[in-house]
Amino acid sequence: MLKRPHIFAAGLVVLLTLTFLNLPASTEVRLKHALGGAFLPLFGLTASSRQAAGKIGDTLATRSQLLQENQSLRDENRNLRMQVMQSAEALRENNRLRTLVGWQQKSPWKLKLSRVIARDPANWWRTVQIDLGTRDGMRSNLPVLTTDGLIGRVASVSFDRSQVILLGDPECRAAALVEGNARDFGIIGAAATLDPSLVNLSHLSKDAAIQPGQTVTTSGLGGVFPKGIRIGQIVDSRLVDYGLYTEARVKLSADPGTLEEVWVLFP
Amino acid sequence: MPWGLRNEPGAIASDSLQKAGRVSVINPFNPVLFLLVGFVVVFGEAYCTGLRRVLGAQIDLLPALMVCAGLRAGVTTVTALSVLCGLWFDALSENPLGVSVAPLFIAGLIVCWKNDLILREQTYAQCLLGFLASALVPLGTVLLLLSFERTPLLGWISIWQWIVVSLGGAAATPLLFNLFQWLDRALIYRRAHQTSFRPDRQIRRGRF
Repeated sequence: MLKRPHIFAAGLVVLLTLTFLNLPASTEVRLKHALGGAFLPLFGLTASSRQAAGKIGDTLATRSQLLQENQSLRDENRNLRMQVMQSAEALRENNRLRTLVGWQQKSPWKLKLSRVIARDPANWWRTVQIDLGTRDGMRSNLPVLTTDGLIGRVASVSFDRSQVILLGDPECRAAALVEGNARDFGIIGAAATLDPSLVNLSHLSKDAAIQPGQTVTTSGLGGVFPKGIRIGQIVDSRLVDYGLYTEARVKLSADPGTLEEVWVLFP
Repeated sequence: MPWGLRNEPGAIASDSLQKAGRVSVINPFNPVLFLLVGFVVVFGEAYCTGLRRVLGAQIDLLPALMVCAGLRAGVTTVTALSVLCGLWFDALSENPLGVSVAPLFIAGLIVCWKNDLILREQTYAQCLLGFLASALVPLGTVLLLLSFERTPLLGWISIWQWIVVSLGGAAATPLLFNLFQWLDRALIYRRAHQTSFRPDRQIRRGRF
């Protein structure tokens, strides 16, 4: 038989659990961020120690290594400058044509760099915490990307950090477009695979001409993600639901398993 | 170790020192130590990604910690630990707040309730308890999530993750026991040795 203190403790835990699980959504988010705030000193400490380790590593690099890296960065800088010039020209042309047709002009992306400070400790979600919050102008549903491609969206925001739901999580879906002649539309959803960079592209038509290696980008439908952000590449495809739809596996361009820094896109 | 002391939160001594019979059993830091280790464990699970990359699953040490708390502390510590660690865990996760509390508490309570029958000093018993707790806690959490109409990421890979988490918990439990024994030795109040000398006893010597 359970002793009296055991029964009392069990009753207390049941009461607390039911109370917490039935909190209003806004209160729950606020409480979560308040409780998570207890870890901020530790996150800060680890960030400082990582920076210090990086500095020590920099001091240990030899002169020849630095010169070599400097040269490669110069080359890369030169190439990127050329690409920027070409892109700027294309943008000017695009804007001119948009004006002629009477379409609304596209505003350039505003990006903010952010550091990933924590990952979801549970195995059944794919989220990360980043060090931008409402003080930096963050709000829910902003797209989050890396230099390789789209990675997720902002789910909830506190004063100094935000929770980002990554692609592949059941709560993060993105309207996608398979580039090619047919330009098939689908929805990027969750995929429970060992490789976190594999996601499912569903709701493609049964006649979709999907080939491995085709690029998948955001379609702009749905209103959360702007059009044209690279998502990944098709790995394979198959017919599902008795041949009514096609489903494809997509390898994400940005690897969610090795995220350290991400960009938040402000419209 | 005296059984009566097991049931009093905070009145625990390290096993090795107890066996040696030369230490006082009061360790008032025990609940605080458990909470501190729980805090660090939750932080480590959110921060460290090495094992997750290699094994495809993050090992959860909280069920193993609940087993330790169930065997080494009382129901008060088990309750406080499950509530606080569950809330901290959920705060860094996409879990609804409070969903991890009940499974952790149940694991700790069962161990605490039956602690007189458990061979706590045997490594295999610790491993087995850690394995069972690490297997049942995620299962309970997922069942709670599903009953609250949330859709966690589940598939065939979840079975692999479940195995990894259970085995990881089994391996971690004896390590946590050792850690707490070491912390006890470091922090516990030690009673001075009693010598056999008695000032009121006189030794009378004979002629030879």
